[in-house]
Amino acid sequence: MNAAEPIVLEVKDLRAYLYTRWGVVRAVDGVSFALGEGETLGLVGESGCGKTMTGLSILRLLPEPAGRIVQGQVLLEGENLVTKSEAEMRRVRGRRISMILQDPQTSLNPVFTVGDQLVEALRMLHTDGERALSHRAEEALRRVKVAAPEQRMRAYPHQMSGGMKQRVVGAIAVAGEPRVLIADEPTTALDVTIQLQYLTLLKEIQARTRLAMLFITHDFGIVARMCDRVAVMYAGRIVESGPTRALFRNPRHPYTEALMASVPRMEASVERLPSIEGQPPPLHDLPVGCRFAPRCRYADDRCRREYPPTFPIGPAHEAACWRVEPSPSSR
Amino acid sequence: MLESGAIAVEPLIRVEDLTKHFPVTRGLLISRTTGQVRAVDGISFTIGRQETLGLVGESGCGKTTTSRLLLRLERPTAGRVLLDGRDVHALTGADLSRYHTRVQAVFQDPWSSLNPRLRIRDTIAEALVVNRRVSKAGKLERVEEVLHQVGLPLAAASRYPHEFSGGQRQRIALASALASDPELIVLDEPVSALDVSIRAQIMNLLKDLQARQQLSYLLVAHNLATVRYIAHRTAVMYLGRIVEHADTESLYRSPLHPYTKALFAAALPADPDAPRDDMILSGEVPSPIDPPSGCHFHPRCPFAMEQCSRVEPALKAVAAGHVVSCHLY
Repeated sequence: MNAAEPIVLEVKDLRAYLYTRWGVVRAVDGVSFALGEGETLGLVGESGCGKTMTGLSILRLLPEPAGRIVQGQVLLEGENLVTKSEAEMRRVRGRRISMILQDPQTSLNPVFTVGDQLVEALRMLHTDGERALSHRAEEALRRVKVAAPEQRMRAYPHQMSGGMKQRVVGAIAVAGEPRVLIADEPTTALDVTIQLQYLTLLKEIQARTRLAMLFITHDFGIVARMCDRVAVMYAGRIVESGPTRALFRNPRHPYTEALMASVPRMEASVERLPSIEGQPPPLHDLPVGCRFAPRCRYADDRCRREYPPTFPIGPAHEAACWRVEPSPSSR
Repeated sequence: MLESGAIAVEPLIRVEDLTKHFPVTRGLLISRTTGQVRAVDGISFTIGRQETLGLVGESGCGKTTTSRLLLRLERPTAGRVLLDGRDVHALTGADLSRYHTRVQAVFQDPWSSLNPRLRIRDTIAEALVVNRRVSKAGKLERVEEVLHQVGLPLAAASRYPHEFSGGQRQRIALASALASDPELIVLDEPVSALDVSIRAQIMNLLKDLQARQQLSYLLVAHNLATVRYIAHRTAVMYLGRIVEHADTESLYRSPLHPYTKALFAAALPADPDAPRDDMILSGEVPSPIDPPSGCHFHPRCPFAMEQCSRVEPALKAVAAGHVVSCHLY
């Protein structure tokens, strides 16, 4: 992390479990990270690794009644959100932390116009009259580069393309000038050329407002383009984190390494991709030791017995793997 | 069957000037047609034996409609799909049954293509029974054979789809496609619903199966890296037309059409130090109901010239096996 930037959001040993009839699903199982002003942290992993649950726990939006934060802290500018009441949280969401979800269709109400929905969101933030709110809404649309905002205000979500809808969701998310934006795969439902437009827009908003961004994705291309730092999650835990360049150049956790190698490249032709055999363990029935051990080609007895602590690799770069443990002589 | 004597071997699939328009209607009782969605607008290509053709493009470009036309799930408005020189939409009786054994499909979401109430062996055997007369013993033998081919344990045969993960379900979908010993499999986004760490497994399996079973594939995908990895040749579609078509290597090394360039530039390389030659297109793909005149791409094209809005560019060969439809070339 850039030491010069003040920390806006800090997550400390967060554990969020889901209590289901199949057992306790340890979706987030001891996750820690910090996010500085104007910084983008990529949270990367496969579906079911706990990355979305991490985002939802920060906002205290875990599915009820199954989900519960059982341990840890979420510090927003020093205030712990975990102990806040629901009423207090409502003043945090949208104003201090916002979230953009994968499918804009689920974030917008199909029976109200885009203008109504924007005004509704703005009414929570401002005490202006209807006229002024409507002006603010138009302005918000203009800021996310929606063409002809006056006309778009009267449009219903189904009359807009996916990219346009996601811009409206973005406009609502940043309307309250939040300090933190959690973007959960915001471009997965969009076409590539539209994706690039949207990512560029998010970067512009960030440059203007110094937002701290938590970018949840499984796409290394997006990580390379958007993120200052990356945290790789596997089965509920962060297994490696570091500055983006360091992580791409020198991935040290066998999972990070294997995952990066298994992604086909646009820019090079390969005869055969190395693949990771097997699949992630179910989160309600995790192995005792390292959770990647059953799929890891380097795993030995200790890996299967004991979960490795996090070892430093380089500046702000660390991994939870016995193989990167510094030898006693070098300590 | 020979065309001007130049081609000695008839390719497995030959698509000629294929067109599919869907009428846009208005009114419930007295409906009238107010326009045509020109989903596929006169495209031609071939797929050789043991060859993979990739179809890429953004949503609404017509790639899925094209695959549905090949599968006989839609009837073309004009043009033909020839399998071994015979029009697949004119087949009847025994020829039609044979077509169904020769052409199979695997779709994006293995959930929707597997019946949750059927055991895996019944799902796979169903594909056999429908298309062929086989004895009970022969059926079981074939089920075991295809399960083995896709790398699933024999025990999988007596289980249900929900007991499997996404990657395994896609293997099952492949197994049932393989059951009738097809020559062509249409793959519509076969890995995009799968997890990153599982995709490479399935893509490698597809390659292995192609080599072992002499399969041809039509691969419809939006992920350009996936297509580069699997396809021998690639066609880029925009608003119902093929704008560029070439050997995959040649296309990825030197994309020529401005749309192909923009599409490729928008795909983000997994490398923080990759050069950023962004070519951000303005606007979105126009509606296929009333596509722009001339070259469909001209309103968004940074190189558009005066004639682009008037004259539709023809597909021109610019190098061996590389055709492009653009007035710049």
